[in-house]
Amino acid sequence: MRIPCPHCGARGVEEFLYTQDAGVTRPKDGGAEPTKEWTDYVYMRDNLKGPRKEYWYHNAGCHAWLVVTRDVSTHEILKVELP
Amino acid sequence: MRYSAVSVIREALRGHKGWKPAWRKATPAPGYDVVIIGGGGGGLSTAYYLAKNHNVGRIAVLEKGWLGNGNIGRNTTIIRSNYGLPGNTPFYELSMKLWEGLEQDINYNAMVSQRGVFNIYHSDPQRDAYARRGNTMRLHGVDAELLDREQLKREIPFLNYDNARFPVQGALVQRRGGTVRHDAVAWGYARAASDRGVDIIENCEVTGIIQENGVVTGVETTRGRIGAKKLGVAVAGSSSLLANMAGFRLPIESHALQAFVSEGLKPLIDNVITFGAGHFYISQSDKGGLVFGGDIDGYNSYAARGNLPVVEDVCEGGVALMPMIGRARLLRTWGGIMDMTMDGSPIIDFSPVKNLFINAGWCYGGFKAVPAMGYCFAHLIANEAPHKVAAAYRLDRFAEGKLIDEKGVGAQPNLH
Repeated sequence: MRIPCPHCGARGVEEFLYTQDAGVTRPKDGGAEPTKEWTDYVYMRDNLKGPRKEYWYHNAGCHAWLVVTRDVSTHEILKVELP
Repeated sequence: MRYSAVSVIREALRGHKGWKPAWRKATPAPGYDVVIIGGGGGGLSTAYYLAKNHNVGRIAVLEKGWLGNGNIGRNTTIIRSNYGLPGNTPFYELSMKLWEGLEQDINYNAMVSQRGVFNIYHSDPQRDAYARRGNTMRLHGVDAELLDREQLKREIPFLNYDNARFPVQGALVQRRGGTVRHDAVAWGYARAASDRGVDIIENCEVTGIIQENGVVTGVETTRGRIGAKKLGVAVAGSSSLLANMAGFRLPIESHALQAFVSEGLKPLIDNVITFGAGHFYISQSDKGGLVFGGDIDGYNSYAARGNLPVVEDVCEGGVALMPMIGRARLLRTWGGIMDMTMDGSPIIDFSPVKNLFINAGWCYGGFKAVPAMGYCFAHLIANEAPHKVAAAYRLDRFAEGKLIDEKGVGAQPNLH
């Protein structure tokens, strides 16, 4: 798997760190009580096949955060954007 | 047909013409009392223990491909019960006890080999952590032994004891741990379940879950509609896809884990060894191949294959621990899809849909749990109450804050 970094060009996946789904939004900070919204955000996942947006960090390169659209069924990289 | 030394000799004299297929190829009936989705280790053991221990009526196992083509045939065959947290230790010890009696129970040679699992430690804090884990195990009646460097050297002389970065200081040993022939586990449970009347239906992919007013009534499959009074889902790797069909989400991500086997070598490694300074574990199969593995690839995947960086990382770990294997050639690598949960521990529980039960989230440790996961899942389905050793594997433990996180990394499944 190679990721075409907008700054550095196509680089091997070993240069990058995957962090998380880029398609979910962090809920607003609320009170001290845990809410279903927060539980869902932290613990629950759609985890379906097909393309999804993900945050990747170019750790051994330009240190940029990237939003990578990747098909999890095939590992094909469909799109790379800056967040 | 009952397998025994007598039957082997009799068939040898007859030119092996009398062997019958080990299990019936069933065609789907219109309905069952219990339908289990997934013909892997979890599904087949669940069906077997349902048929053996509980009076639940007609049982079917639906498998989308052929029996045992998933993770039951893709793992590194290791069994152990060296867990340290309260929800885990008794569960995995039940599994070990079931492994110990499995072959007599199902009348099938699964090649259970209690050759010992050695977890190597490389520093004082790691020794202390292993001592603590060993003590926890012994308090639960599980065997554990802490070896120092000289004791370990006598048993395993070929490690790189003086590695400059990761000198070997000793090991935590579970001598009852070992390996089991994984395909034989699937075949043995299938045969034993089939003998007790379970219908095992292959090439039957579930495409929809039928519900009426929030209660499961059956499944749509590629071989037609099949009614089910109760439905058990045991499809680790694809659990979220089944949950999506039923209309709920799970605290699970699917990740790829690779495994490796070398060319056949003469007998060399007679136990299971894990590297404590990296992620690498190894044993030698009876055919002579070194069977080893390491970390998951680290990003979500439904492709049953991994990428090269992890191959490199695993081989580096192996060569750091035992440089002698550096000259062995890799014969095959393959990948499987793991249900990675948010705390690294499994789920055996009710689901939000009535009469739908889930057995999921085995991360990369499901194989050793196969007997107990089936035993406890069967108990849950039949009695509608969790078995006492699996009572902590609840789906709502994430919302309740009762996580079972052996590694302590939090809700980052790619790091477990």
